[in-house]
Amino acid sequence: MTTRVISPTIYYAVFAGLIGLTMLTVGISFLDFGAWHTVVGLSIAVVKAILVALFFMHLIYSDKANWLAIGAGLFWLGILLVLTLSDYLTRHWWAY
Amino acid sequence: MNIPWLGSRKLPANRTILAHQFDDLEQQRAAESLGMWVFLATEILIFGALFTGYAAYRVRYSQDFEEVSRKLNVLIGASNTVVLLTSSLTMALSVHAAHVGRQRTLVWCLILTAVLGTTFMVFKAVEYYIDYREQLMPGVRFERTEWREPGRIQVFLIFYYVMTGLHAVHLTVGIGIMVWLIVLARQERFGPEHYSPVEIGGLYWHFVDVVWIFLLPLLYLIGTHSAHDLHF
Repeated sequence: MTTRVISPTIYYAVFAGLIGLTMLTVGISFLDFGAWHTVVGLSIAVVKAILVALFFMHLIYSDKANWLAIGAGLFWLGILLVLTLSDYLTRHWWAY
Repeated sequence: MNIPWLGSRKLPANRTILAHQFDDLEQQRAAESLGMWVFLATEILIFGALFTGYAAYRVRYSQDFEEVSRKLNVLIGASNTVVLLTSSLTMALSVHAAHVGRQRTLVWCLILTAVLGTTFMVFKAVEYYIDYREQLMPGVRFERTEWREPGRIQVFLIFYYVMTGLHAVHLTVGIGIMVWLIVLARQERFGPEHYSPVEIGGLYWHFVDVVWIFLLPLLYLIGTHSAHDLHF
């Protein structure tokens, strides 16, 4: 966040991008991507989240301290996901 | 506990915006912003725990999750996404309005944000009713005979209700914060020298939006939809 005034034009542009990506992600779900739906869906979601965080939440204009806070949160989430999934994804269950 | 501004319509001339523990307004603003970001980091972990549990079961019961995900109402889910994204836009615009001191624009943008958030909640309530009608509510109404593995289907549905429910609780708190900001904004409390409450209220609101951005593909868009899934 900064005391510099940010012009709203960027907000409208980001909003248009977000709506476009939403239409893309919903549209793709009507095509047969099989197992790729997860990867594609999550990738688009990550891009949307980055747009919201950088521009709507002013992270791109922010002090590095804010970056550190969010980085720490994501890092800890990373530990949680990586360690949990590395367990479950390497078990040789045959569900069917 | 000192709550200085409740009960007075405008900030008295002898009151200062700068709290005693800060050297200057810039430091105060930076601290308020950092405080909210640290809180949001903890919120990432709250939802993160639910996402991780969901991920573990998704790995295990992938086919069943795909099967039931298709039954969720993607039309309402997508509409809700658009509603929430628009509310984030109006929220960003209200922060801007506060920053440049446009009081009326600020109030109206905050009102719009709160209205859009409430619209989301209404759609959600309708959607939950539709889920009840479609027999997708474990423990309450779950009588479809077509499920191959009803137990696994119910695991997905529990995750669906808990994750969207926790999100809805957060959104309700957000709407409450908006109402509070609207009351203060109408008293012209905010301006170029003091708009932190609007900014950090906005940070919380955008975070709730980001959570939904991830809930949409993970709950609604796992499998392939067909045209006849488009209904209310």
